[in-house]
Amino acid sequence: MILLQATVSGLLLGAVYALFSCGLTLIWGMMNFINFAHGEFVMLGMYAALLATWAGLGPAFFAPGAAIALFALGAIVYLGVIKQVMRGPMLAQILSSFGLALLLRYTAFFVFKSDFRTLPESELSGTLHLFGLYIARAQLLAGAAAALLAFAMHMLLTRSALGSRMLAVAEDRQAAMLMGIRPDRMQTLAWGLSAASAGVAGALMAIAYPFSPAVGETFALTAFVVVTLGGFGSVPGAMIAGFVIGLVEALAAYLIGPVYKDVVVYAIFVAVLWVRPQGLLGASAR
Amino acid sequence: MSGRWGATGLWLALLLFPLAASFSGSALFLQDIGATVLLTAIGACAWNVVGGYAGQVSVGHAIFFGTGAYASLAVYTLWQLPPVAGLPLAVGLAMLIAALIGLPTFRLQGHYFSMATLAVAELIRLLVSNWDMLGAAIGIQGPATPRGWWDIVYRSPVPYYYIDLAVLAALLAATRRMTRSRFGFYLRAIRSGERAARSLGVPVRRIKLLALMFSAGFAAVAGALYALKVGFVNPESGLGILVSVQMIITAALGGAGSLYGPLVGAIILVPLQSVSNTWFGGSGSGLTYILYGGIIMLLARYEPGGLAEWWHRRLAPRLKRTPAESEHVRSAA
Repeated sequence: MILLQATVSGLLLGAVYALFSCGLTLIWGMMNFINFAHGEFVMLGMYAALLATWAGLGPAFFAPGAAIALFALGAIVYLGVIKQVMRGPMLAQILSSFGLALLLRYTAFFVFKSDFRTLPESELSGTLHLFGLYIARAQLLAGAAAALLAFAMHMLLTRSALGSRMLAVAEDRQAAMLMGIRPDRMQTLAWGLSAASAGVAGALMAIAYPFSPAVGETFALTAFVVVTLGGFGSVPGAMIAGFVIGLVEALAAYLIGPVYKDVVVYAIFVAVLWVRPQGLLGASAR
Repeated sequence: MSGRWGATGLWLALLLFPLAASFSGSALFLQDIGATVLLTAIGACAWNVVGGYAGQVSVGHAIFFGTGAYASLAVYTLWQLPPVAGLPLAVGLAMLIAALIGLPTFRLQGHYFSMATLAVAELIRLLVSNWDMLGAAIGIQGPATPRGWWDIVYRSPVPYYYIDLAVLAALLAATRRMTRSRFGFYLRAIRSGERAARSLGVPVRRIKLLALMFSAGFAAVAGALYALKVGFVNPESGLGILVSVQMIITAALGGAGSLYGPLVGAIILVPLQSVSNTWFGGSGSGLTYILYGGIIMLLARYEPGGLAEWWHRRLAPRLKRTPAESEHVRSAA
């Protein structure tokens, strides 16, 4: 029974992992760029929810507020830094997002201090008793909303004209320009969407789990593991791998011990690199 | 540091610094900062071999630094050996870990290597934090009082200063030799275009792996020297992400891929950091890292070549140098 309980909460958390990992893999697919600050975007989404409660807003505003704020941040980061860095050497590309990650993380430490925080009680608090399982309402909502949004993002990329334009830019920048698509506009949009997915995932997690400025690094690594396992640039791969990693974490925490759940996840990362670097659904990454 | 005279002057200044500092009011403080500058420079120069020359950006060099620090103190806590005896173990272990990271990731695009270094650093930090034999979260300590000269425990920072200086000189000499050899040309070929290098017959994977192992070995030496001087290491100070950050920013500020860049970076950054820590007190380290993040980002955006590049573009032409004179500092990359 406890095993089933762990499975369910693992899958619910996995849905959130799937959501923010989609954002990371989108940027990779569009421009072969690894955003080391992606975990920090998730962390900022959590503090966006905290700021919303300080402003007296209810939980209904958390996710939309975080989405808007992080979309703007993502677009600004792309236009201000990444666009220029993409023309530079790889050293510059990796250092730019790594530096951004440090800047955001330690600014958050400075502003919000290193204490763990939880959002105040709301209509989302409390647990449901379903089929003999106890599920926190907030956790269920976060998981369900995240799964829905990740799916929506997949549909946006594969079934809409906008998605086709973005994929066209990812495929061949020059050719897309000849078709009348503005690559910079599409890439700004991709950065906005990517950061927004991280922000929403953060806001959703904030209602269910405690958080501190240090969580960004953990989430960045989680996203790397998910995206590597799913295959770089593959949104469906990231979705499946998100659930897998959520499940693995929950089961490892239950079977081995909570301290070792991250150890198991990072070990999976190293194992995937050795055995199948292109991931579950990825084409050859060489 | 342009030209032979610049380099000679720099080394002379470094040799005489502790003596000059001893005439000032705060001799111990200055000498201690001097030793920290050299230690930071060793770490950054080690990073520079793989991050700068080979263009493979490690964001987890704390792995190797921590391996060095832990190995040299662990041989004391476990078997009462002098910390120096842990050095061969440290270097061997660091090179082994480097091979384990490099073998799978160097087949792939460069980003995989960066991610793997970050993940492995975090993995090792977590494992060590829960490993009682290595002091878990509390850390381990070296000998408090020397049992003999071989323990290398001194009150004064001066002996450490000269040990660090000797190691730095050896590392820079080895790096310089390397850059002028076939191996160095291979590295620069890989950095400027991996595919092109491979098509010209450069054994790309093997060269990258060798560069990483060389870099890891010296990073482990830096860690061991740190452990010798401080006599204590815990998961944060040995394996934390900020250890890697320090190496990256020092090398990138001075100029990644230039011989003296990391040393110049250390000479600028370490005193600044010390000033900011005294000004802002306990919260200073937080502000320092906000600043570091900003500097790293701005460097990447505006001057990826660091101060070395800036010097060669802006200042050196005005001094009307002949190309041959500045050749050994930075080859045309």
